[in-house]
Amino acid sequence: MSATDGPGAAPGAHTALGLPLERLEAADKVTGRAPYAYEHPLPDPLYLHPVTSTVARGRITAVDTSAADATPGVRLVLTHTGAERLADTGDREFAVLQSDRVSFYGQFVAAVVADTPETAREAAALVRVEYEAEPHDVVLTADHPRLYPPGDEDDPADHEQGDPDAELARAPVVVDRTYRTPMEHNNPMEPHTTVALWTGDGPGPGSGDGDLTLYDSTQGAHPVRETVAGVLGLDPARVRVVSPHVGGGFGSKGSAHAHDILAAMAARALPGRPVKFALTRQQMFSLVGHRTPTIQRVRLAAESDGRIRALVHDSVEHTSTVKEFAEGSAATSRMMYAALHRRTTQRLADLDVPIPFWMRAPGEAPGIYALESAMDELAQACGIDPVELRLRNEPSVDPRTGEPWSDRRLVECLREGAERFGWADRDPAPGTRREGRWRVGTGVAAAVYPHLYNPGSVAEIHYDGDRYTVDIGAADIGTGSRTALTQIAAQGLGLPVERVRLRLGDTDLPAATVAGGSSGTVSWGAAVLAAAAAFRDRHGTDPGPGARARAAAPEDAVAQGRAVASFGAHFVEARVDADTGEVRVPRMLGVFSVGRVVNPRTARSQLVGGMVMGLSMALHERSVLDPRTGHVVNADLAEYHVPVHADVGDVRAHWLEGEDPAAGPLGARGVGEIGIVGAAAAVANAVHHATGVRVRELPITLDRFVG
Amino acid sequence: MRPFAYSRPRDAAAAVAEVSADPEACYLAGGTNLVDHLRLGITRPGLLVDLRDLLDDGVEEMPGGGLRIGAATPNSDLAAHPLVRRRHPMLSAALLSGASGQLRNAASTGGNLLQRTRCAYFRDTAAPCNKREPGTGCSALEGHGRHNAVLGASRHCVAVHPSDMAVALTALDARVRVLGPGGERVVPLPGLHRLPGDEPHRDTVLEHGDLITAVELPDPPRGRRSAYRKVRDRASYAFALVSVAAALEVADGRVRGVRLALGGLAHAPWRARRAEEALTGAPATADAFREAARAELADARTGPDNAFKPALAVATVTAVLRDLAARGDR
Repeated sequence: MSATDGPGAAPGAHTALGLPLERLEAADKVTGRAPYAYEHPLPDPLYLHPVTSTVARGRITAVDTSAADATPGVRLVLTHTGAERLADTGDREFAVLQSDRVSFYGQFVAAVVADTPETAREAAALVRVEYEAEPHDVVLTADHPRLYPPGDEDDPADHEQGDPDAELARAPVVVDRTYRTPMEHNNPMEPHTTVALWTGDGPGPGSGDGDLTLYDSTQGAHPVRETVAGVLGLDPARVRVVSPHVGGGFGSKGSAHAHDILAAMAARALPGRPVKFALTRQQMFSLVGHRTPTIQRVRLAAESDGRIRALVHDSVEHTSTVKEFAEGSAATSRMMYAALHRRTTQRLADLDVPIPFWMRAPGEAPGIYALESAMDELAQACGIDPVELRLRNEPSVDPRTGEPWSDRRLVECLREGAERFGWADRDPAPGTRREGRWRVGTGVAAAVYPHLYNPGSVAEIHYDGDRYTVDIGAADIGTGSRTALTQIAAQGLGLPVERVRLRLGDTDLPAATVAGGSSGTVSWGAAVLAAAAAFRDRHGTDPGPGARARAAAPEDAVAQGRAVASFGAHFVEARVDADTGEVRVPRMLGVFSVGRVVNPRTARSQLVGGMVMGLSMALHERSVLDPRTGHVVNADLAEYHVPVHADVGDVRAHWLEGEDPAAGPLGARGVGEIGIVGAAAAVANAVHHATGVRVRELPITLDRFVG
Repeated sequence: MRPFAYSRPRDAAAAVAEVSADPEACYLAGGTNLVDHLRLGITRPGLLVDLRDLLDDGVEEMPGGGLRIGAATPNSDLAAHPLVRRRHPMLSAALLSGASGQLRNAASTGGNLLQRTRCAYFRDTAAPCNKREPGTGCSALEGHGRHNAVLGASRHCVAVHPSDMAVALTALDARVRVLGPGGERVVPLPGLHRLPGDEPHRDTVLEHGDLITAVELPDPPRGRRSAYRKVRDRASYAFALVSVAAALEVADGRVRGVRLALGGLAHAPWRARRAEEALTGAPATADAFREAARAELADARTGPDNAFKPALAVATVTAVLRDLAARGDR
């Protein structure tokens, strides 16, 4: 790339885009100097520990706080009878301690604030809560009586084109399979944490002036401010959210959750004292979202040469009774392959479970697992190589709309991946290769992720005579966005990155949208580029000290009339122990098309991380909900498994060089989620190739191959 | 956690006296199990008696043969000790298959033997559990049962013992030196760990105040090959679904001696006496190994979540003995 072909580049500019910079804050992080939410040095903190419900549905009949009240060091015990009445609980997730109603196991029913975390936890254990339990229902089934179609006229649950049923009836080859994925939980290393500080006249709600500061572990400081201010009835200008460093989120920190409200309520009752609240790992399994289990029936009707005539994808999922969250697993199947006749449907059952929420690639991750497993079954049924099958069903335009693709390069991803992986000599017969104790197989799956662009971010640039400071309230949840945005700013200003300092993660900075849907760098980057252009327009290339400019990201940055999405192809080698059924994945290779790559180092980390999370989905992750109680039994990292180093072999992520001008001024699409999409299917397909056993329910555990 | 008193006595005898005198006292060694339990509220002691520097923390040869392992020996030191690696590679392998490097550095030999079950309901104070609160019932019996015991369980408890080291020691005929209020005594393995019966709150035969001071290991017979194989839900850092500690001597194609203990199947490390008897003198073939393993698992009782365990145990025992026999022939 030359110095002048990047977006916004000034003549003679330095080239910052595409540099593999290390994270700018890496040294601070590994030396412990980067403050995470819990670690901001604040004087005289107090510590909050919640009491959570032990029934899945019912009513609180009595709360006895006497023992907790009498515990030395306890400053406050909050219950639903004593807590302040919140201003706006239209979103019922935030109706914290507002009634005697219990809607899921693990819901907040009281809280203790004390001088030490140990005292708070002990006193919380001494709070006695009595319930009138009601019969609960937490088990999702394919024919659950409570199933309903979510959505509305603008975004209906079902889509149909053509006559898929007729095609299913007449096609020579039909695959009709049901795939299941379990309830899953995000487990970022840093638990969800809020430190709330109420300053001003206090005490208590409605008593005049006061300001709330939240040191929060979040994917969006400004969205949290909007939510918290609304729930508490505060002018957003009185709420500040500070979040410079976040230890992972994967979606679960993509909005405020009830703990933010609880901490703020406690702080409001104890003005002047910071109230620290870090969820325990166990509490994270009921309070910060999860991925719904899915039951997905996929039907493919094809000619004997593998050309798909009809594709039907029906997904059944759960949501909570508190509020609706729809994973939308079937939707992605609408645009993946050329099938004239298509139907996708979605049904939800509102159960007495915690509130589901974003988990990396919500919808696409489970949905493409099902579709790409079915594609492998179709390849086998037709006797066609699974790479070739996908090539034969490549759509020339978006099948949903007929719009041309801006940059669909799935075929290249598949071909380059096959070449790099060494797919050509593959023996298609399942269950026939053996190396020592291992049964060996390989699998492939395709990946897709939509392009999301969120307008609304603003950036401001200030020159102090030496350095340029770029301010934007964006989030860096460990992805490297701070570094990438610095590069984008440098590119836009035509400067070396050393001359640019970027600040983010604070509502005192200009507003920014959430780090979600792989939209962050693209959406914030558009604002940074706009601000850089405004700065150069106003101040030229030789600004004086104090020069300043501010601009918002464009409302419409994505080209109209084009279908914009990212694609990828996964290739996996799996080994299954012939005696014990233990599954190992020594090799994963992905080739992705994501438009322009801003920082190859951090982008690779995102793609590899997504692939590892897909491996985790394939082999490990499963939240076990006890149907008798409605609580997650395996609610810690000893029993809720993610891969350890020994499970992760040679994982390689490649991408196709290029850029997608239709995606926005940066020419980039997101990299945060495409890596997980399809990875689990590739693992499952490789395991089938190794063993001849088709596992249609994740995770793939050793007991499927024993006995 | 409940506030507690803390004490560092002068010597082991003083520690025993202190704990014996106080029903709310308990010992603290590496703390890798206990500190977790304090946080979770599983145990609420009034006094912690710290054993730091009171017990031997090394491995030495005994005058009449065999090894003596101080109870304070860290798991990592024991696994790496040259005498252990040479004479009892099975023990070294078992230790290294457990926990993580950091935990093995902290965890003691005595504490490892006494670690408590990982049953999820035992660790959740909101759930009924006879082991944690006698008489409240067993949540695991009809609950999430992937780890549940299939041998020697009772209707009061289906928990399994989590230690890998203890499985190896059970195969190796180890003996535990115990200092109690009444003096010193020796407890053999198997024999230290109990089956749950109607007293699942008692993991071992030790009484309150008893303190493990050392583990003694007899020397293996010449020509013995040993191995430890742990099968679990991920490659590392997970508790065993099934583990096999096996030592085998083969002569002229026949089994001259065999020691076999199984983990992940019972409330105690499971010494497979029935299989050992069936195999002694039998041909050292995969078929014979499989048949003996099946005999050992014949009484297994399973639920929907752990129905795979007997078959997995049979497959693993067969594979381990088959590989040992092949190694012995070389």
